[in-house]
Amino acid sequence: MVDAAYWQEATRCIAAGEATLLSLWGEPGRIYMAVLDSGVVVLSLDCPDNRYPSVGELHAPAIRLERATRDLFGLEPVGLPDTRPWLYHGANPTAYPFLPVEGESLHQIPVGPVHAGIIEPGHFRFTADGETVVRLEQRLGYVHKGIDHLMHGATLEQASRLAARTSGDSTVAYSLAFARAVESALGIEIPPRSEWLRGVMAELERIANHLGDFGAICNDAAFSIMLAHCGMLRERVLRCAAGCFGHRLMMDCIVPGGVAADLAGDADIRSLIDEIRARFPALVELYDKTASLQDRTVGTGILSAELARRFGAGGYVGRASGRDFDARRSIGYPPYDRLRFDVPVLTEGDVNARAWVRIKEIDQSLSLIEQMLNQLPQGDVRVAIEPTGPREGIALVEAFRGDVLVWLRIDSGHIDRCHLRDASWFQWPLLEAAIEGNIVADFPLCNKSFNCSYSGHDL
Amino acid sequence: MLRTLLQGLRSPVTEPVPHNPDIAALAANLDRAAQRRLGRSLAIREVDAGSCNGCELEIHALNNAFYDLERFGLRFVASPRHADVLMVTGPVTRNMREGLERTWRATPDPKWVVAVGDCAAGCGVFAGSPACIGAVASVVPVDLVIRGCPPTPTQLLQGLLALLSAR
Repeated sequence: MVDAAYWQEATRCIAAGEATLLSLWGEPGRIYMAVLDSGVVVLSLDCPDNRYPSVGELHAPAIRLERATRDLFGLEPVGLPDTRPWLYHGANPTAYPFLPVEGESLHQIPVGPVHAGIIEPGHFRFTADGETVVRLEQRLGYVHKGIDHLMHGATLEQASRLAARTSGDSTVAYSLAFARAVESALGIEIPPRSEWLRGVMAELERIANHLGDFGAICNDAAFSIMLAHCGMLRERVLRCAAGCFGHRLMMDCIVPGGVAADLAGDADIRSLIDEIRARFPALVELYDKTASLQDRTVGTGILSAELARRFGAGGYVGRASGRDFDARRSIGYPPYDRLRFDVPVLTEGDVNARAWVRIKEIDQSLSLIEQMLNQLPQGDVRVAIEPTGPREGIALVEAFRGDVLVWLRIDSGHIDRCHLRDASWFQWPLLEAAIEGNIVADFPLCNKSFNCSYSGHDL
Repeated sequence: MLRTLLQGLRSPVTEPVPHNPDIAALAANLDRAAQRRLGRSLAIREVDAGSCNGCELEIHALNNAFYDLERFGLRFVASPRHADVLMVTGPVTRNMREGLERTWRATPDPKWVVAVGDCAAGCGVFAGSPACIGAVASVVPVDLVIRGCPPTPTQLLQGLLALLSAR
C-alpha cells in the first residue's frame, strides 16, 4: 500500500527505465501496479473517489491497461492521454473514433474483426501510402468475455478452469500461473513430482506452439511445405500429450495443489523427442537456405531494442530485440531452478530473428524435457487445498509467447479478485511500431511472427 | 537445399489414412456423403465469436497431413461470400455480435451453421458473464452442435459427417 506521491515517483522510475512495468489493474476504490525491479513488486493505491494519477501519461505501455481498467471498474486515470474506451465497445461498435491521419495520397485499409483465416477477431486500420504502411492502429476487445467479472466469487475449481481458458494456446501456462498464485497466497508446498510434471507439460506446450507458428510464418510467405512438415510434428506433440496427460492441449491438467493426472510412463515422450530431433533440423536448414523465404523474413518488421525494453516485451518478441528476459530464469521457479538451459537472445529484431529465437527454444525445450524425465521423482502428484483467507498471491510464469502474470486474492476457498495479464498486452502495441514502413503484404508475416493472443488480451 | 526438399518429396509427406479405426471409418463415410450431397465441394468459413482460441487450434489441425480435410472436398475459405457452412466458435460476446450477424448475412443461401465447442453450444465456463450474449444459437440459427473443450479433430470430422448425412 502506497500513497499518491509514492505512486507518482514509481511512475517516474518506470518511465525513466529504472524499472519495468509488469501490469496494472484495479478494483473499486483501489488501483494496483506490478513492477519488475530486482524482483516483482506490487504497489496498491487507495482511491476512494475512483481517481488516481495516470501511469500512461508518462509511460505509454500503461495506456491500454488503464483504458481497460477504466472500462472494467470505472477507475479514472487522471491525465491519461487517450480516453477512448478499450474493452467496452458499447451499443454502437462501429462508432469508434480512430485517430485521424493526415497527409497527401494516403488511403486506409480496414481489416477485421472477421479475418480471412482461422484466427481470432480484431480490427486493424492500416493507413498506407501506396504499398507502404505508414501507420497501423489496432482495435481489440472483440473477444472480451468478462473473465475478471466471472472470477469474482468463483470457487477454486471454477476459477482454475476459467484461467485455463484465458488463451487456449497457453492453457498450460495459465493453469500453472494460476495454481502458483494460489499456492503462494496460501503458502502451500506441492509434491516434488508434480513440479516436474508441470515443467514437462509447459515445455510440450511451448514446442507445439513454436512448431505450429514456425510453419505458419513460412506459409505466410507462400512456402507451404514447411507448414505441412511442422503441422505433422505439432500433431505428434498433441497426440503424445493426449496419451500421457489425457488432453491434447493439456487443458485443466495443472490444478492448484499439483497436477490432475500422473504420468504412467515416459516412453512416448522420449520417442517424440527423438522424432523431432531427427526431423526438425532438416526443416531449419531448408528455411535457412531458401533465398525466396529469407527475402521475406530478413529485415522485415524490425522492432527496435529500445521499444522492446521500454514496453518490457516478453517472450520471443523481446528476446529477438535484445531483451534478455525469461521468467523461467530471470524470476526462477521450480523445476527450472534445478535445470540447465540457455535463453537465446538475438538483436536484429526482424521476423527472421523472432523465428530463430523460436527454433532455438525448441531445442532448449527438448533438452529440458529430457532432463526432467531423467530426474523425475516418485511420489504423490497433488495435495488438498485448505480454504483460509483472505490472502493475496502473485505468480509470473513463462508461456510460449512471453510472461503471464496472475495476481489474486482468495477468501475461504473462493476467488475475490483475480487479474490475469498476458504478454500480448505489451506486444500488441509493438506490432503497430514494427509494421511501420513495411509493405501491406508483409503484415501477415509480421503478425504471425508476433502471434499475440486476442483472447488473452481481451479477457 | 534442393536435397532436403527432394527428400521430403520422395517419401510421401501425407501419411496413408491414419490407422486410427475411428478416423478411417469416418473418412470413408465422409467421402461418400460429401460426394452425394455436394458433388465434392463444401466451403467452410470459420468465425471466432468469442473463443479462447483452443477451438481454432483444433480446427486448424483438420488441415494437417493427418486429417487433411481437403481430400474430402471440404475446404476453408477466406470470405463468407464463398461459404456453404459457417463454423462458429466461442460464447458470442457483446462485441462480436454484430460481426457474427453481418458474416451470417453475407453468406449466401443455402447455408448451414455449425456451433463448435462447449462455449458455442452453451457458453461453457463463460455462462453468466455480462460481456457475453449467449450460445451461438441465440444469435444465428444453428444446424449442428459439436461439443468438446475443444472438440478434437476427430470429433470435428464426425460432426461434419453428421451435418452432411442429416440433409
